[in-house]
Amino acid sequence: MSIELKSHEPDGPIETAWDRHRQSINVVNPANKRKYTVIVVGTGLAGASAAATMAELGYDVLNFCFQDSPRRAHSIAAQGGINAAKNYQNDGDSVYRLFYDTVKGGDFRSRERNVYRLAQVSVNIIDQAVAQGVPFAREYGGHLANRSFGGALVSRTFYARGQTGQQLLLGAYQAHAKMVNAGKIKMFPRTEMLDLVVQDGHARGIIVRDLVSGALQRYAADAVVLATGGYGNVFYLSTNAMGCNVTSTWRAAKRGALFANPCYTQIHPTCIPVGGEYQSKLTLMSESLRNDGRIWVPQSAADSWNAEAGKVGRDPRQIPDSERDYYLERRYPTFGNLVPRDVASRAAKRACDEGRGVAYNGRGVYLDFADAIQRLGRDAISARYGNLFEMYERITGDDPYETPMRIYPASHYTMGGLWVDYNLQSNLPGLFVVGEANFSDHGANRLGASALMQGLADGYFVLPYTIGHYLGEVGPRSNDADGADFKGAEEGVKARLSKLISVPGKRSSESFHRELGRIVWDECGMARNREGLSSAIERVAALREEFWENVSVPGSDTGLNQSLEKAGRVADFLEFADVLLRDALTREESCGGHFRSEHQTDEGEAKRDDENFCHVSAWEFKGVGVEPTLHKESLSFEYVPPSQRSYK
Amino acid sequence: MKLTLKVWRQADANSPGAFATYEATDVTEEMSFLEMLDVVNEQLEAAGEEPIAFESDCREGICGACGCMINGQAHGHVERTTTCQLHMREFKDGETIVIEPFRAKGFPVLRDLIVDRSAFDRIVHKGGYISIRTGSAPDAHAVAINKEDADRSFDAAACIGCGACVAACPNAAAMLFTGAKITHLGLMPQGQPERYTRVQAMTEQMDKEGFGSCTNVGACTNVCPKGIPIDVIAQMNGDLLKSLFRLRK
Repeated sequence: MSIELKSHEPDGPIETAWDRHRQSINVVNPANKRKYTVIVVGTGLAGASAAATMAELGYDVLNFCFQDSPRRAHSIAAQGGINAAKNYQNDGDSVYRLFYDTVKGGDFRSRERNVYRLAQVSVNIIDQAVAQGVPFAREYGGHLANRSFGGALVSRTFYARGQTGQQLLLGAYQAHAKMVNAGKIKMFPRTEMLDLVVQDGHARGIIVRDLVSGALQRYAADAVVLATGGYGNVFYLSTNAMGCNVTSTWRAAKRGALFANPCYTQIHPTCIPVGGEYQSKLTLMSESLRNDGRIWVPQSAADSWNAEAGKVGRDPRQIPDSERDYYLERRYPTFGNLVPRDVASRAAKRACDEGRGVAYNGRGVYLDFADAIQRLGRDAISARYGNLFEMYERITGDDPYETPMRIYPASHYTMGGLWVDYNLQSNLPGLFVVGEANFSDHGANRLGASALMQGLADGYFVLPYTIGHYLGEVGPRSNDADGADFKGAEEGVKARLSKLISVPGKRSSESFHRELGRIVWDECGMARNREGLSSAIERVAALREEFWENVSVPGSDTGLNQSLEKAGRVADFLEFADVLLRDALTREESCGGHFRSEHQTDEGEAKRDDENFCHVSAWEFKGVGVEPTLHKESLSFEYVPPSQRSYK
Repeated sequence: MKLTLKVWRQADANSPGAFATYEATDVTEEMSFLEMLDVVNEQLEAAGEEPIAFESDCREGICGACGCMINGQAHGHVERTTTCQLHMREFKDGETIVIEPFRAKGFPVLRDLIVDRSAFDRIVHKGGYISIRTGSAPDAHAVAINKEDADRSFDAAACIGCGACVAACPNAAAMLFTGAKITHLGLMPQGQPERYTRVQAMTEQMDKEGFGSCTNVGACTNVCPKGIPIDVIAQMNGDLLKSLFRLRK
């Protein structure tokens, strides 16, 4: 069956497209909204805001998360800020400029109209959050403060110390709590979605596992919304939380939803470098640090990491300016240390590949605050970054006020995700995908402080309207979870869990995950090439086979069993990695976070191929280990003509 | 480093628990406390034994999922630190470490070190919010908020809901947690209309959940990984008292 990818974007002038679209779609009568039930999976910024807003509108919402409380979703860890085209700084910002920066930052691989809408509603998000009591940073006059972020020449980022994600998530969580209290949201914490149920081509429900009792349950609804985040933990080491996984989106993909652009993964340039073999996760240091910190490596390899000695050559403070290479300032004088994330990450990798790295295994560069402290004083730096400096010291034992931080890129965010149209609906009618879980707005690279913006834009201001179009069209139906499709899906989940428990293996799922991560990071991380990707596909297939023969999952499938939860997620990552690698292999160009060594300019920058690859790659699952089918949605740019991104 | 761990093992809420002893070898100073437990667990798992159940998610000290008693102290002996941010350089080679779940009537043990903290959610459900419909907010600059109030409000809003305050309190009181939300919202102009109904509804739920009352011990603020100041409890009590007059029918 051929699948036609219709984006359902409104045509005509971009400035009025969203208004006209809302005029033209179905609206469900307020009295009829209570006849519909919507399932929302996930309680991060997108999930909590969507659940709260739909409940306010009158829909009955069933909301699920695997954590013990909706407040723990990983959006909580976002540090730096949220973009909005408020132009409160009077520095010339506008909706158009935010739109332009985001399309360019995404390396011309996103939909123009989606991005324009995102920029438009960005201003409403700030209003909404302030009204909820989100304590954004303020100036002495009592008005909101802003900072700047990579890839932008204006100050449009709103922040709440280094805890912007936490405060925005708590705002959404509180709006959600209000609707739980009102009886319009039924919350199921410690409950993991393990399958999507599709009936007559429409998404009609999910199969979940109660993580405390181990019981499987079936839930039916008029629509299913996935807000389950990204797949960054496919790299094993990432800045994602331990529990972040691809399971819900992958299960949906196995039921027919298309997975778009999986190879667009973001490697964040400023993370604390790996410290040893046992490491379980990596910690991000907010990009905002690049406002005042200067990035450098020693010019001489003698001052870099010495594996034998287990330390660097000279103490960085003893290295005079003339013997340092501030490589970002040198190569990109206009943007300097504030180049976009993909550019900064690759530059760090290059410096380390040249043997000038300064942390464990030669993988790290300096981020130095000495000049900023001299210019602004220790107190000013402490007010801006105090909690980040504290966190850094707690983890590394080094005091960044005294000695330069050491940082290195790490997997952080995934731009790819389930394919959705302008209404945030996947190719399966009734299945909607919001936040990081969808693919839509960031193209091949996301700018800093845009994830919070997109998650909340989807949840507060887009989905609650667009879902009404679908619901109005299909009309109220009975939601029965006892049909054959539901029972069959439940049987499938049950069989898989029993199979995991019964493998008589000797290896922990953790060790499989670690090995998978190493393969994917080495061959499909900051730089990729044909040979490496082809071999990685084979190695992952072999590892997947070994997993099902040699994994050890102690305990039973009744009751709380964290080993079983972990094993199920690793099994899904092992399947998903295949489509990630194939997407990277097929996209014979470099763009944004996807850098193919075969496709670079003479200066070593990403070289796009607009003639052949100006499209979204959406993959249709055909079976485990079977080559998926590629569907293309072509992209056109009327307002921001594609150019070679230059931050020089 | 080599350590001896005495860990609380309990199959589920209805079974009795007991301490089990494990040897943790090959521990390095750079490891976090939870990474040390990961290593022990991986060895147990490979041997077909059930690993020690504990919660953690972000491992950056912000989600509030982790938390256990380490040598009798909530999140261990290092100030302003969550369990996930505690590092092994804080321990000595050869030490014995006692690891238990947070213990309180309001936090039943689910398994090993995992407790049920959903009582916190139920307290928030009763009024820990400002009622504003999506889309009806005025411009963010419509009301200026003086920096001092905004900063104090933020200090209270930084709570991560880990429950260490309850675990450390001899009365198992949830007043630092509840007072933090009351203070965060009560100091903001947006939070004024519901200020007094909020404090009544939230404290009523707090009592229903079986949490005790504050007797000014101060253990809560000492173990709080975010340093929530104890004066949020005074703010809550003050608002509760005022509410009796303001809401008089």
